[in-house]
Amino acid sequence: MDAFLGQVFTGLSVGSVLILIALGLTFTFGQMGVINMAHGEFIMAGAYTAYMLQDLLGRDISLLVALPIAFGIAGVMGLLLEFLLIRRLYGRPLDTLLVTWGVSLMLQQLARDLFGAPNVQVSAPEWLGGSLHAGGASFSYSRIFIMGLVVVCVVGIWLFLTRLPQGARMRAVMQNRQLASCSGLKTHSIDRLTFFIGSGLAGLAGVALTLLGSTGPTLGTNYIVDAFLVVVVGGLGQLKGAVIAAIGLGLINSFVEFNTEASIAKVAVFITIVAFLQVRPQGLFVLKSRGLA
Amino acid sequence: MLSVQNIDVAYGPTQILFGVDMEVSSNELFCVMGRNGVGKTTLLNAIMGVLRPVSGKILFEGRDLGRMHPYERVKAGLAYVPQTRGSFPQLTVLESLRVVSEASDRGNRAALDDAVDLFPRLKKLFPRKAGFLSGGEAAQLAIARALVTRPSLMILDEPTEGIQPSIIMEIEDAIANLTRTGMSILLVEQYMEFALRLAGRYLILDAGEVVSSGRMGDMDEAQMRKLVSI
Repeated sequence: MDAFLGQVFTGLSVGSVLILIALGLTFTFGQMGVINMAHGEFIMAGAYTAYMLQDLLGRDISLLVALPIAFGIAGVMGLLLEFLLIRRLYGRPLDTLLVTWGVSLMLQQLARDLFGAPNVQVSAPEWLGGSLHAGGASFSYSRIFIMGLVVVCVVGIWLFLTRLPQGARMRAVMQNRQLASCSGLKTHSIDRLTFFIGSGLAGLAGVALTLLGSTGPTLGTNYIVDAFLVVVVGGLGQLKGAVIAAIGLGLINSFVEFNTEASIAKVAVFITIVAFLQVRPQGLFVLKSRGLA
Repeated sequence: MLSVQNIDVAYGPTQILFGVDMEVSSNELFCVMGRNGVGKTTLLNAIMGVLRPVSGKILFEGRDLGRMHPYERVKAGLAYVPQTRGSFPQLTVLESLRVVSEASDRGNRAALDDAVDLFPRLKKLFPRKAGFLSGGEAAQLAIARALVTRPSLMILDEPTEGIQPSIIMEIEDAIANLTRTGMSILLVEQYMEFALRLAGRYLILDAGEVVSSGRMGDMDEAQMRKLVSI
């Protein structure tokens, strides 16, 4: 029983990190159709922000300060990427993929030049040390913190989209860009806001990842494929779908890995996704309407 | 008010409109007619900035619309009700109206209320998602959504297509009321009786060219039917 609980907890924790990464992609890939391969480097930027702030402020408060700052830094990076490159490539997904992949490699090299090739360590604050013991299993406070952060982010994004005028505009542009533009919505500004938020969330994910392991130039690359898969399995642009898919994949990964090994767990996850998409290629959730389209 | 001057419009190598001229005056309802595929919607898309003409000019209240984005044209006073009555399918009816009203410098709460007063059934549908409306309800929402920006020229692309007669009558009454308030309307329509009852002047397109234009009262109805019917 304690092993089962432990694996559920690990699965939820892995799923939580995937949610944070995939939330951003749900905006930029799922809703705007932009394949941004540099999304992983926004995660990396978030993680290095936490690393730098740890040196400046000390480990006890740096984590909390790093969250908004990483959001802002990654958000501005996304904004610049959209403004300088991606806005010229809308409707050209393959070109976008290649260009952002190039940007991704450049950002990784920049990180090596700035911080060195070896990974660096961000220490968890003292108040996140230790574990909670319940039901015979132990749950680390760091992972509980990440889950809490994810809940705050998901609820925050949901409130933003459903309660604020800016969120409604964002949904309108994502659901029918041409109609939105012909109805007077400034689609370019809304695209930039979307990219800022989507990229900012990647920065938050980067800070969260520093609690789980070391930080290096390829940190984001390790997660980016899984995050794209989460968005596709959840249904393009579907917040609810991304959350369920991330948790599902996290749990499958955790249980298979516990009973076998990491590489087999990865294979099991990919096989599950391929099988699922054969049956339901549109993902878990789709945009429904009375029309056939 | 709206002056389309000798425009050519093409989709890549395929030219759709050839030297089209059109003048819509203030306080008039102008109707563009023609068979399917002659370029009526393409003309409207060019006016709204969805497509850029290859040559020619489009002026609105003396301003060259040139490279203005569609949203800038809405700000200038144009409003568009597309043929498909497109919607934001996951936004409720109220959200669909609010999102346009709040984004517009011209819109306000009173404009939203006025738009809904024109189609009272929309009030009952406020909480329903726009993607789940019937054709008639969607048409009414599309017109109301265009009106919340308080346009000086509203462009309607076949608002009666696929709609039951009772709703067509409601839409006709609404359009007639709007023209009485001084709003100009550019209507694309294939339903001739509807156009005949509402429009002051007309233009007929055939294969991307203007083949007939003038006052509704002066036209040869038999000739018009020949040019418009399939």
